[in-house]
Formats: sequence, C-alpha cells, structure tokens
Amino acid sequence: MALITIREALRDAMAEEMIRDEKVFVMGEEVAEYQGAYKVTQGLLERFGSRRVIDTPITEHGFAGLAVGAALAGLRPIVEFMTMNFAMQAMDQIINSAAKTHYMSGGLLTCPIVFRGPNGAASRVAAQHSQCYASWFAHIPGLKVIAPSSGADHKGLLKAAIRDNNPVVFLENEMLYGNTTEVPDGEHLVEIGKAAVLKEGNDVTIVSFSIQIKNVLIAAQEAEKNGISVEIIDLRTIRPLDVTTIINSVKKTNKIIAVEEGWPFAGICSEIAAIIMENAFDYLDAPLIRVTGKDVPLPYAANLEKLALPQIDDITNAIYHICKKTS
Amino acid sequence: MVRRNKDIDSANACRYYEEMLLLRRFEEKAGQLYSMGLIGGFCHLYIGQEAVAIGIQAALKSGDSVITSYRDHGIMIATGSEPKYVMAELLGRATGCSKGKGGSMHMFDPAKGFFGGHGIVGAQVPIGTGLAFAAKYNNTDNLCVTIFGDGAVNQGQVYESFNMAKLWNLPVIYVVENNGYAMGTSTSRASSVTDFFRRGESFGIQGRQVDGMNFFAVYEAMQDAVAKVRKNNEPLLLEVQTYRYRGHSMSDPAKYRSKDEVAEYREKRDPIEQMKDYMLKNKLINDSALIDIEKKIKKIIEDAVNFSQESPEPNVSELYTDIYTK
Repeated sequence: MALITIREALRDAMAEEMIRDEKVFVMGEEVAEYQGAYKVTQGLLERFGSRRVIDTPITEHGFAGLAVGAALAGLRPIVEFMTMNFAMQAMDQIINSAAKTHYMSGGLLTCPIVFRGPNGAASRVAAQHSQCYASWFAHIPGLKVIAPSSGADHKGLLKAAIRDNNPVVFLENEMLYGNTTEVPDGEHLVEIGKAAVLKEGNDVTIVSFSIQIKNVLIAAQEAEKNGISVEIIDLRTIRPLDVTTIINSVKKTNKIIAVEEGWPFAGICSEIAAIIMENAFDYLDAPLIRVTGKDVPLPYAANLEKLALPQIDDITNAIYHICKKTS
Repeated sequence: MVRRNKDIDSANACRYYEEMLLLRRFEEKAGQLYSMGLIGGFCHLYIGQEAVAIGIQAALKSGDSVITSYRDHGIMIATGSEPKYVMAELLGRATGCSKGKGGSMHMFDPAKGFFGGHGIVGAQVPIGTGLAFAAKYNNTDNLCVTIFGDGAVNQGQVYESFNMAKLWNLPVIYVVENNGYAMGTSTSRASSVTDFFRRGESFGIQGRQVDGMNFFAVYEAMQDAVAKVRKNNEPLLLEVQTYRYRGHSMSDPAKYRSKDEVAEYREKRDPIEQMKDYMLKNKLINDSALIDIEKKIKKIIEDAVNFSQESPEPNVSELYTDIYTK
C-alpha cells in the first residue's frame, strides 16, 4: 500500500502499462515537457522519452483522429484531453471513428485507445470549461466510459482501460487530483463494469460517481446521526453500467437516490431511473429522486457556482424526503 | 529508382489495363444493382477515376497502407481485395467483407493494407496520418497513402494533420483526388485557392499536380513520392486531377455540369482507353487478347454477383455482435 495522490496513482498506472507494453504511448497538450497541465504525466517524458510521450499542437480533432489511426494499426494510444470540454472538438473521431469501427467492419478492425482527462466542474472556470460529459459518452454503444472516485480505483481502472482492446473514455476530475489515499502497490487491476458498494445500509440506496461520492459520503454520515441507514454505491464504470449491483441494493432498501454533477436532462440519473422502472418497479416504496447539477450553464460568481452544483444539503434533503415519504 | 513508361513491359501494361477494367466493370455493375434495388443507401461510384487507384497501388509494397473516403470500392479492389466480398457487402450479405454491417462506405481489408472506407468527409485524413505514425513508431519503412477529395480538402482536420505530419516527419503521401466537384459544388465555388497541390505549403509540405486520367502519370508521380518518403520520412502531397463520369452518388442526377463536359472526358481522356491505345500502339497486345480480358473480367463480375445474390443476409444474432471486442 502507498499513500499517494490521485494524480500520482494515474501516473503510476500509465508508467506501469508503458513498461509492460511497448505499444502504449501518451499524447496530448503539455503532457511531455510541461509535465502535464495538471501534472498527471509528471516524469513520464524523462522515463520513456519523446517517442512515447508526445506533446501535441492544440488540434484536438486532428490528434484524436491521428491516435485512432495509430490504434487501428495496432498501437495503444492514451490521449489526454486537457479537459474533456476540449474533447468536443474531437467528437467525430471519438464516436464515428473510434467507437463504431469495430461494428462497421464486422469485427475486422479494433481500436484499443484511451481518451482521458478531467471532466466536470473545477473551481470558478465557468461554463465552457466545466461540463460533465458522462452522459454524452455513455450514450454510445462501442465506447466504455469509466469515472472512478478513489485513488485505488483511478489506478486499477486506468490500468484496466489501457489493457482493454476497446475505445475507453476515462473521466477524471481536477478537484480530485490532489486527494491523498491508500493505493495498492504494483499489479492492482479493477474490473471495468463493476460498481462498488462503499457502505452497506438498509433504508435507502444512494448511487453516484466521481467527485459527488465525497458529498454522498458526508450526507450519509449526517443521515446516520438521524437514524437512517444509507447504502452507498460508487458506479466506477458508467458504461457498461453494473445494473445487477444497483437492482440488488434497491431490492433491499426499496428506495433510491441517484446523484450526479451533470445536468438533469437525459443524464446518468435519468438512465438509472429507467433501469429501476424496468427491473425493480415492484420493489420501490417511493419514486427515485435525482440530485443533479442545476439546468444552467455554469456561472462564474462563487455563490452562483455553488448553487448550480449539487451540495451536501441537496443530498441530505433528498434522503429525508425519500424516507419521510415512506414512514 | 524512378521507372519510366518504357520500363513497363507488356505483361505489366496488360495487368494494369486489366485491373482498371475490373474496377470499371465492377462499378458499372454496382450502379446497375443499385438501380434494381439490390444495393441501398449511399453508393459512390469510382467510374472514370480508375487510373488513380491502380496507379497508386502499383507504386506500393506490402506493408504500406491506404485509406480513403466513401468512394472506396475501386481503391479497395486495387489493393487486392476479392471483388466478390466487396459485392456481397454492397448487397448487405453475411459474406460481405464487413459481414453486411458496414455497407458501401465502411469496407476494410487490413491484411491488404486497406483501412477503409470512411463516411465522414475528411475524417480519414488524421486517421491516415496516424497509420503513418504507427509505421514510423514501429521502425518500419512502410508508408500510408491518404486519399481525399476536392471537397474534403477544405476540412480543418486536414490542416491539423498536415501540421503534425510535417512536425513529426511522418511517412504519409496525401493524395487529393480532384474530380472537379464536391457533390454539386465545383472547385471554383468551394475553394478560394484551387491549386490544391499547394495546400501543404503553409506546413512545408511539397506538392505536385498530376494528370489522374493517365495511369503512367499517376504511377510515375507515385514512384517518385514513394522513394522520397521512404528515404526522408517526410509527408508529401499529390493533387491528382481526375473525373467521375457519374454523379456524386447514385442519388445525384449531376445537373451541375454539362453532358458535353462528361463526354469530353469519356471520349478523349478515358484512362482505360488511353492504356488500350498505348498497348496497341506499342504492340504490347492484340485485339484477341483484349477480348479475352473483357471476357475474363465479365466472368469475375458475374461470379461476384451470383455469389452475393446466393448469400444470405446476416443472421439476426449479428445485430448484437462486434460492438465490443474481447
């Protein structure tokens, strides 16, 4: 076990996989000589050299497509988007070239690529730099979408993503990079597509992912003081979604709250609501409650930004509401 | 070593003639089958452009890769793919090269170095640049020929690709297939600068303009480019001026150009007729052999059509396969 930051866990994951497989390389803006815009790739250039750690020009559409071509030819690129907001420039290559080609080619071509970068809101960086793309990418058959919250999961899932032969979108969060947690040393792999039950409980299930897990944990602690037993599920992977773990939990607690940072319309919480309807309707004592970011472009002013994002109170209020409803 | 026309002996001239004729007859048949409702969706025919595909391929070696747009049937067959699997794909059959799941625009043959087959205009350009990146990363002397049209040439991602290719010295030959029209828009209506061979200048990429209606012109330009790229690991650009006799796709009546213009190309500059005239003039072939070639090609196409029509549609279970790989 090592006590390291999440950015170090990500760096270790990439370094270990680059040692293990010569075909793995990293490309993105400032990943090499600058040591990474958020210092995630720190030290990789020195260790592996410029053939395998490549600074790109600011041309996301072009370098995402170039990386797809390299992957179709059998290399294993890790493409860093400085933030996932900039991935929108590359959307056609991610979706039409990376995600769909295995199917369109009848299985002939594969695209073992990882697109990774910070997703969602940071701090005061305003509307164009703060969007959550979990829902956009999770919509696409052919992509895998991962969004870890713990340090151990960042490492284990990034290693798994790099070894996966499918295109994977790996969603991080800038505000988590500095978190220090216990991360297993060496060959720590986490299975893609398996959620984690962080805390067992009986009264209500809360399902969430990425940075909102922190808020969920605190809200649950609050609720526990008031005698409510909360079960917390960290999705870890958005697509493929671990439906079994979610349904098993709802069968036990009969109540579910879904929490995400992104917007409510057609978000991940909406998908969970549909899945509950299809698989666990008869087990519900109350309708699912969604706690999401507000349906607004993210404002800059500190007070407005706070209001626009899910707060701990939003979650505790949901817990009390859903439990009160059934008593 | 750059070879000249006179170095192409009788056997090779016949071979290239036959290959161009195969492409021509294949595409004519595809057009026919489309009109009969056996091929659906989009179908972009390569008729008139045969010298480009065959001329490019003649200069390549095993290990090189080729990538293009949705006007891909001719290029794919030129790399050596069997016509019957291309035809079966067009008819949406299980025996198609993409198991019927891709269609006209999404065909691939990686074993032959053919990486598609791409439906989004210009998307193949960064991808092709990436294929070249991989060739260099793997320390090979392989290169990638990345083909795109006079419509795609204005895409931003093309210039992003040029920039990276030159910055990183990637072994890629960019071929602009200028057939004069991007769907219904002529080059003069779409491009402020129509000297497409100069489009790489801002990125230090040398370009050359080539008569794409003449096999030898394409072949010679390609040989020259290939030699330079293999030696120097640098990107190069060829603007190949060609012409498509049919519309942009089977849905296009091509009202934006005159019948006279089409006739001019067909009667005076046809690539297959040019090769035939060359061979006859230089006594590399006789009429009887020409008839034999026509018969041989006809049989190949007939067999491809029969094979396709006798093949079943994909099994319904294939709806849910190949979304992810292991």
